Amino acid sequence: MKKALALLLSLMLLMIALPVALAEEVVNVYNWEDYISEEALEMFSEETGIAVNYMRFTTNEDMLVQLRTSTGAFDVVFPSDYVIERLIAEDLLAPINFDNVPNSVNTVDWLSNPAYDPDSLYSVPYMWGTVGILYDTTRVNSPIDSWGALFSGEYKGEVFMLDSIRDTMGLALKYLGYSMNTRDPAALREATDLLIKQKQDGVVKAYQVDETKDKMVASEAILAVAWSGDAQYAINLNENLSYVVPKEGSNVWVDAMVIPVTAKNKENAEKFINFMSRPDIAQLNCEYIEYSSPNQAAIELMGEEYQTNPNLNPPQEIIDNCEFFNDINDFLTIYNTLWAQVKNAK
Amino acid sequence: MSSLNMPQWGVWLFALGLGGAIIFLGMSIRRHHGVHRSLFSWPYSLWIAVFTVVPLFLVAFYAFTDKAGQLTLENFANFWDSNREMKQQLIAMGYDPIVMGMGERGTVNVDTLVYSLWMALMCTGICFVIGYPAALFISEREFKLGPTLIVLFIIPMWMNFLLRTVAWMTLLEDNGLINTLLQRMGLGRVRLMYNSQAVLLGMVYNYLPFMVFPVYNALSRQDYKLSEAAMDLGADKWRTFSRVTFPLSLPGIVSGITMVFMPSVTTFFIPRALGGGNTEMFGDLIERTFLTADNWNVGSALSLIMMLLILLSMGLLRKVDPEGEGGSLL
Repeated sequence: MKKALALLLSLMLLMIALPVALAEEVVNVYNWEDYISEEALEMFSEETGIAVNYMRFTTNEDMLVQLRTSTGAFDVVFPSDYVIERLIAEDLLAPINFDNVPNSVNTVDWLSNPAYDPDSLYSVPYMWGTVGILYDTTRVNSPIDSWGALFSGEYKGEVFMLDSIRDTMGLALKYLGYSMNTRDPAALREATDLLIKQKQDGVVKAYQVDETKDKMVASEAILAVAWSGDAQYAINLNENLSYVVPKEGSNVWVDAMVIPVTAKNKENAEKFINFMSRPDIAQLNCEYIEYSSPNQAAIELMGEEYQTNPNLNPPQEIIDNCEFFNDINDFLTIYNTLWAQVKNAK
Repeated sequence: MSSLNMPQWGVWLFALGLGGAIIFLGMSIRRHHGVHRSLFSWPYSLWIAVFTVVPLFLVAFYAFTDKAGQLTLENFANFWDSNREMKQQLIAMGYDPIVMGMGERGTVNVDTLVYSLWMALMCTGICFVIGYPAALFISEREFKLGPTLIVLFIIPMWMNFLLRTVAWMTLLEDNGLINTLLQRMGLGRVRLMYNSQAVLLGMVYNYLPFMVFPVYNALSRQDYKLSEAAMDLGADKWRTFSRVTFPLSLPGIVSGITMVFMPSVTTFFIPRALGGGNTEMFGDLIERTFLTADNWNVGSALSLIMMLLILLSMGLLRKVDPEGEGGSLL
């Protein structure tokens, strides 16, 4: 009995170890849920002989916890801009050897030296997008161009807000004329009061994240705060929908590829990043995910329909009117406390 | 970031507690049931120790320590005043919260707890009002469809509760099935979702079987000769019910209340799915404190407070059912 058990256990261990052991080279990739084309992963393994051990996360915060606790488990990670800023500050990222990533020259100009990684030492942009208002053109009284539409009471009970602290506080700050990265507690208080009043006036229908796009396709609300890629997804399925980045400005965000300082297969990680930055692969991913590509060569490959789509490829002045999030680590407690007040306002 | 800063004494205490728990469980079973029997108990004792005692210890540990792992009662003060940490942060930054109009006590945590208890009470009450009569007529001996109905109660439970709740969304949405139907009939739309009532509906729907089953068990186990005897001795139907049937079903009721009330207080996801995230329950608050605010210490304090409240209410219920016949968990 004991022997059989021992045999069974060792067989199980072998089964776990075998696939990794057979492929000599491996790269451990940690990316957002549903955020890459499977085909691109297969092509990478085929062309390089490196097996991809692919893992997924759903929020930056979850990812950070994993990155800190599972040392050495990840070779390539896909965090957002302000998280990269924090990771760099905490010395958790390894500088990329750009000799091994020649395809990084494809990055669009305005992202080649981004604020979150000023000297572009640690990251290669993967996807980017904006935050704006997705709306039902058949049910609005006038064209939407301002965050004010969310607060006016004109669309009472017909507004979906994002259940996401930075995005929602950020747009309230923008509407009030402050920076999304303000460090003035009085401004944060003002934004909170605006959001509480919006809720108490019965303007908000729901605070949600992933449900928004499908509900907007089903005409469940008139206005919704949405990310550009989700908006494009919804517009593809419902032609009555339209997306706008409000004139007060908004958030522009980037998810980029980085290598943790604890990575065990750094060269493979660089090969992976280089592969994902190859124009045809960037195109493959972009067309699958439907966010905006930071890869100039891929943008050219994707042709006019993509290039003239203002949701995916907004004019430079709209981008310039937007802000990246900065890391607000020391303000997190204040943000969380104020957000709790919004969520629990009755 | 909060997970790995346990000080040396914490680790030792932890190991000691774990070893102690395993030995205590093993020994006590051995004492009561003999050496041979105790062998059978080892897998479960180990299971309990690893997956119940250890997490409980961790919750208690985080609840009574700060981020640096030092002993403190701060987390409970932060529970009472949800603005406390923010005010401290503001003062540290050189602001005066009182001058800024941000000096008031934050009532978010306490309000959410009271709201959750209220919702759980409502849910338990509604489940009882619907579930008891249901169990009563299902358990009638002349009622041949009884077993079929019980199966009908069970079938939805083959599906995960998340899916069942999402299914309610498609029914209740503004453009959902019910509203489409109402509109076709010329009655116009009604806002059925995105409010507390929808949350309550979702809770009652999910927890109703937990009221029906134990009551049904208690009722169907009853010796029907007892009520026949009562009738023979001149009691009318109502009197038979109130003096014989109902008192004898009390253990089932206690068990039903326990099994509905506990998950109701800790409900999460339903407020987000059916309430549109407009009202938060204590389960959501704990989740947000752990995951979004990344504050394991206050999150643990919240969990501990909730566990104590459940323990207290279970203790009260036990007074009604001292024999524990209803199979309550204490």
